Amino acid sequence: MTFRLCVNLGGTLADSPLSIPEKSGPRGRTGYLKIARADSSDTHITRNELDLAQLQTHALQFMNLESYLITTLKQSRRLDSRVRRRFRLKLFEYEAKEIAQQYGVPIPNGLVASSPQEAKECFLKINQPSMVKAQVLVAGRGKAGGIKPASTVDEAFGVAKNILSMTVKGEKVSKVLVEQRLASKHERYVSIVVDRSSRCYTLLCSTEGGVDIEQIADQHPEKIIRHKINPLFGLQEFESRWVAKQLGYFGKQMSQLASIINRLFQIMLDFDAELVESNPLIETETGELVAADLRILLDDNSLFRHTKFLERMKTFEPDMTPLEIKAREKGLAYVELGGNVGIIGNGAGLVMATLDMILDYRGAPANFCDLGGGADEERIAAALEIVLANPKAKVLLINIMGGITRCDNVARAILNIQKRMGISKPIVIRLVGTNEDEGRKILSDANIPSLNTMEDAAAKAVEIVSKVK
Amino acid sequence: MAILVDKETRAIVQGITGSQGTFHTQLMLDYGTKIVAGVTPGRGGTEANGIPVFDTVKEAASQFKANASIIFVPAPFAKDAVLEAIDANLNPVVVITDGIPVKDEIQIMEVARLKGTTVIGPNTPGIITPGQCKLGIMPGHIFKQGSVGVVSRSGTLTYEIASSLTSAGLGQSTCLGIGGDPVVGLNFADVLEMFRKDPQTKSIAMIGEIGGNAEEMAAEYVKKMKYPKPIASYVAGRAAPPGKRMGHAGAIIMGKTGTAETKIEALRSAGVKVALKPGEIAGLLK
Repeated sequence: MTFRLCVNLGGTLADSPLSIPEKSGPRGRTGYLKIARADSSDTHITRNELDLAQLQTHALQFMNLESYLITTLKQSRRLDSRVRRRFRLKLFEYEAKEIAQQYGVPIPNGLVASSPQEAKECFLKINQPSMVKAQVLVAGRGKAGGIKPASTVDEAFGVAKNILSMTVKGEKVSKVLVEQRLASKHERYVSIVVDRSSRCYTLLCSTEGGVDIEQIADQHPEKIIRHKINPLFGLQEFESRWVAKQLGYFGKQMSQLASIINRLFQIMLDFDAELVESNPLIETETGELVAADLRILLDDNSLFRHTKFLERMKTFEPDMTPLEIKAREKGLAYVELGGNVGIIGNGAGLVMATLDMILDYRGAPANFCDLGGGADEERIAAALEIVLANPKAKVLLINIMGGITRCDNVARAILNIQKRMGISKPIVIRLVGTNEDEGRKILSDANIPSLNTMEDAAAKAVEIVSKVK
Repeated sequence: MAILVDKETRAIVQGITGSQGTFHTQLMLDYGTKIVAGVTPGRGGTEANGIPVFDTVKEAASQFKANASIIFVPAPFAKDAVLEAIDANLNPVVVITDGIPVKDEIQIMEVARLKGTTVIGPNTPGIITPGQCKLGIMPGHIFKQGSVGVVSRSGTLTYEIASSLTSAGLGQSTCLGIGGDPVVGLNFADVLEMFRKDPQTKSIAMIGEIGGNAEEMAAEYVKKMKYPKPIASYVAGRAAPPGKRMGHAGAIIMGKTGTAETKIEALRSAGVKVALKPGEIAGLLK
């Protein structure tokens, strides 16, 4: 049996792992690697986003083992939640801390500034050595230089000026938090999170707070206290005291920690949060407990109860492409994936299965696009317009399994759009289900062929794209 | 026999006067489902699709001896509607509504657990026992009576697989969607247990997707029970990159689960046959 190794970068095939182009990720030289054996279905996706050198090393390792299809995946975003049209609304650190303050959770003394001049004034009011922290929603601002100390007014001005001119992973910094610098004796970890498999909120605490908390959870699970919270009665004071005790606190500190935990849980409930996380929660030299960092993610489904955050839904995810933003406004679940086969389907599961099939046929999906149930012509038109507008998509695959969605409606929509906008890219259509005979007839009368199975359609789309330069 | 719904199921439709409610009530009636009453608060005394409408579930349920409910109520009012159905002793309760806040879902599921009510969904296409009862929004004509139990997290992908089973001559005992939301009333293992006890069900098709750990938990259950019936599975999302988790907490709570690879690996090691294309499921069960 012969094997083939190729590195597939969303459509551009390279002959060896070493020719992975530098720009393999949306943010430049990073990406995931998907490796599939050519003779079987075993696949492997790297867990973490890797940089260029790591991608190459990783790909090389696999090359030595017979033959693999290696694909770098250009997206680092949460497809599993996004395809389900679930977005979590992230709050900025300063917003989270304002809420904490209202609820009596101790936080460092801090003020928000939008200009270096304001930062200077904030520094004067705080009147202590401070940290200047970029207010962005993407993670990793520290590594990107978005958190810097300032000990004098001039330093505060200079550092703020520098940070406010920065872009962290594509997100422009428009505000900084000037915050009192606290010397910490210990870093703790406290969070409350939705635990889907237990159908409840779970409290997680550890004495080993800080950036390595995930590693600790992995290697020393006993160092993390997990406490399930009763869905109807909520977290009782005695439970928080018990947890504080488990962390080794007693006396006044135990009571203080218990009260912080209870207040964080109250925030969770009152704001319909999916996550409230303080990492680190520090213990100062004088033994005070302070939430030095605080992260809050809200459940977008609850925003009808929290209308002041509704506007934010459109803009909150900073790493969205213009087409993704447009799709969001039209209520479509659309995620760009970097390949060259444009895809539209009805139903998240079906579209994901279509992406998988494209990959199995050695193609590369350009996008995920779900019409949802019972899509009307307007919606189908919007989806076509968006997917076709992506210059990387060289062919369009439409996969419809008609349930509530009627095949004749889809066929009519495609014809009308073709008349209206003119479609220059080749289209492959698979149309089955409710009213499929009618739908097929409409298409064949217009000389547009349609196929019966997903397999045929996926194979055809990949075949077409391999001939397009 | 089948699971959860059959000829004896007498259902009420909550939210019957809404556009989705009206539309699908008609399709369910056309399929032969016994829809005995509808509920829309404030519209009591009227009719929809020739079905009497009541203000409260209790009135509708007691007057027509209803034993199940299907809910099309918009998300902001859905928690109230589900709790009302549970309170009126309706079981199962099928929640079609999507977009229900997770806090509401957590509370609903706890009340249902305490009362012993089976909640299907939220965000589900519903449940169908072919030839007997359809409580859901799936196209009825693609299903056929038979012995394959189908359980899924998805909608159209379930139709895809059900119709491929049907055209391969494999009918279904019951097909249900557990729902696409993070917190749902049934997990795969719960449904596998029901299929295990159902004499009509001879084999199972299980359709998963990336995210969460329902598939991994199912694999654990299958292993532990030395599950006596053949299971074939498909997991959608192999082409999807691993996503960002919810803070550190998401990673801590999930551990190494959630990707298509971890799911497929877990299922295979439990002896479940894993199809790599939806169309292969039928072949694996033949």
